[in-house]
Amino acid sequence: MTVEEPAMHPVGDKLPSLLQSGEHDLCPGCGEPVAIRILLETLAELGLSTSTIGVVGIGCYTAFARTLDVDLVQALHGRAPSVATGVKRMQPTKAVFTLQGDGDMVNEGLQEVLHTAARGENVTCVLLNNGVFGETGGHMTATSVLGQRTKTSLDGRDPDYHGYPIVIGDLLAQLDGAAYIARGSVQNAGAVARTKRMMHKAFETQLAGEGFSMIEVLTMCPTGWFVPTAEGPGYMGETLGQVHVMGELKTRRPK
Amino acid sequence: MTKRLMEGSEAMAEAAIASGCRFFAGYPMTPFTELLENFAEKLPAVGGVCVNAESELEAVGMAWGALATGARAATGSTGQGLSLMQESFSEITLAELPLVAFNMARGQGDYFQSTRGGGHGDYRHIVLAPMDITEAVGLTQLAFHLADRWRNPVLVQGDYLLAHTAEGVDVAAVDFGPVPEKEWAVDGSGGGSGSSKVISPLGIGKSNTPGPGIEGQQQAVAEKLVRIAGAEPRAESGFVDDADHLVVAFGTPAKFVRYAVGRLREKGLRVGYVRPITLWPFPGDAVASAAAGKQSVLVFELNAGQMIDDVRLAVLGSAPVRFIGGISTDHSGFGVGALLDVEVIADRIEGALDSGVAA
Ligand SMILES: Cc1ncc(C[n+]2csc(CCOP(=O)(O)OP(=O)(O)O)c2C)c(N)n1
Ligand code: SF4
Ligand SMILES: [Mg+2]
Repeated sequence: MTVEEPAMHPVGDKLPSLLQSGEHDLCPGCGEPVAIRILLETLAELGLSTSTIGVVGIGCYTAFARTLDVDLVQALHGRAPSVATGVKRMQPTKAVFTLQGDGDMVNEGLQEVLHTAARGENVTCVLLNNGVFGETGGHMTATSVLGQRTKTSLDGRDPDYHGYPIVIGDLLAQLDGAAYIARGSVQNAGAVARTKRMMHKAFETQLAGEGFSMIEVLTMCPTGWFVPTAEGPGYMGETLGQVHVMGELKTRRPK
Repeated sequence: MTKRLMEGSEAMAEAAIASGCRFFAGYPMTPFTELLENFAEKLPAVGGVCVNAESELEAVGMAWGALATGARAATGSTGQGLSLMQESFSEITLAELPLVAFNMARGQGDYFQSTRGGGHGDYRHIVLAPMDITEAVGLTQLAFHLADRWRNPVLVQGDYLLAHTAEGVDVAAVDFGPVPEKEWAVDGSGGGSGSSKVISPLGIGKSNTPGPGIEGQQQAVAEKLVRIAGAEPRAESGFVDDADHLVVAFGTPAKFVRYAVGRLREKGLRVGYVRPITLWPFPGDAVASAAAGKQSVLVFELNAGQMIDDVRLAVLGSAPVRFIGGISTDHSGFGVGALLDVEVIADRIEGALDSGVAA
């Protein structure tokens, strides 16, 4: 009797075509590299490899500015949407995106993203939301959920002491200039596939000139949450995922 | 040559556009507001863009993005608004992007901000200080040229008088030769080629094309700044050779000082002047050689005494340096105060000589 090799179902390139190197120094179990893979595959699949300019914020994902094989501008913490505005106004035929974290977009740069959305600026903002400043070592951000323990909310986020989280996608969806707003996740394979479809729609919105698009991706940060690596996805579903709920929040595209 | 009567704000916007500036972002604040208004009116007509940014932080960020694509781009405000831009000013310098910024200042209290910077790290901006609208038209165009030549920000230091008075000027494009090739600019075409670009203040480069790193980038910029300091100082002087006393002043007040010195000469007083045109790099050699052998060096500026530090550094004790300027503004805080007056300035110079400043 011969033993059959298990059938393999390739779901993508091992190394996305828009990556110069597969090496990175992010933590085991980090969700950010998965979200970045979704972004890179989307750009390639939409034929945007040689017509895209990215603007990168400051957080753990900044390490990818060295390896993404895409023309990039490194922005300051929080300032990527304005930089992207200047890029897009001078290069209107190119796809322009920002890559930001929750600390970058919702804390330091909230005003930037709000006004960029309100202006209907034809760019796509990609938010990696892990509810924590990962890079600085696990501090509370504007998206940290009630009860979440961080180094600056040691007994859990208390609304009386720390205030309430900002549910950024829902906030942006209310602005007339926002054409496509969606929240995905990289919690499991199904969520990844759904998020990929959202990422496509976000860039299709920009290509059609419909206005501002934002795709928020919930990403695991076991290090900044102080949970074992393997528990990251489960913890995310039970905490962040309950407040920042996955789904399309606004679209002018067919569902 | 066709001269038109124009306010400084309009003339400077036209000069910028004649230099090829195609992007401007700003946030209204007196006396900078009219510069923004003129860009908003004139840029779309040449296919450019002017954004009424939501704050000064965003204005400088937008200019940063436009510059990264290789466009000539500018922002501006008063010193107050520029205070908000300082983080970006520092990092744009490290990213070696050719920003032009306008400070339509409220008085002359921003000398330290412009020349020392309120931002972090080792950086300098070339600072050009026109004395009138005609010179502002030329220096605005020089600003875009120098920014591209050195890949370093250039600040044009204006004020209320420059913004809000009119002069007959000719805004013809100055020919500085071809704009340097911007092989560093991003247009999106590099993706997937293995040689895509990254514009960064951190010297990171890409895996395939590593940059110099943070230390290397900072070192390279510091060395470039030394070269700029050697190459770009500019100053104008008059009545220096046989003078016993020297007056140093910059910007629009320097034109008043120049006139006052001329009047004192008619009275037989041996006074000369030096007018720094670049505040950074400070024309220290020009000031030092003009000051050599003088009985005194007088500094007139409309603040509590800022440029006087650079004058002292240039003169290095070879002549006594005395402050004859001061804080001076109207009730609004941004207009012209009582000190900006030829009679007052002439009296202060004469008084300083009478009181035996050499002591
Ligand atoms: C003006 C400024 N303030 C603070 C910092 C320090 N800082 C670097 S990364 C970071 C947090 C990033 O958080 P986030 O965007 O959520 O990214 P993550 O690390 O979680 O991926 C902070 C506060 C900075 N770089 N600049
Ligand atoms: S700290 Fe968090 S976000 Fe940063 S690399 Fe580690 S897991 Fe990822
Ligand atoms: Mg984060």
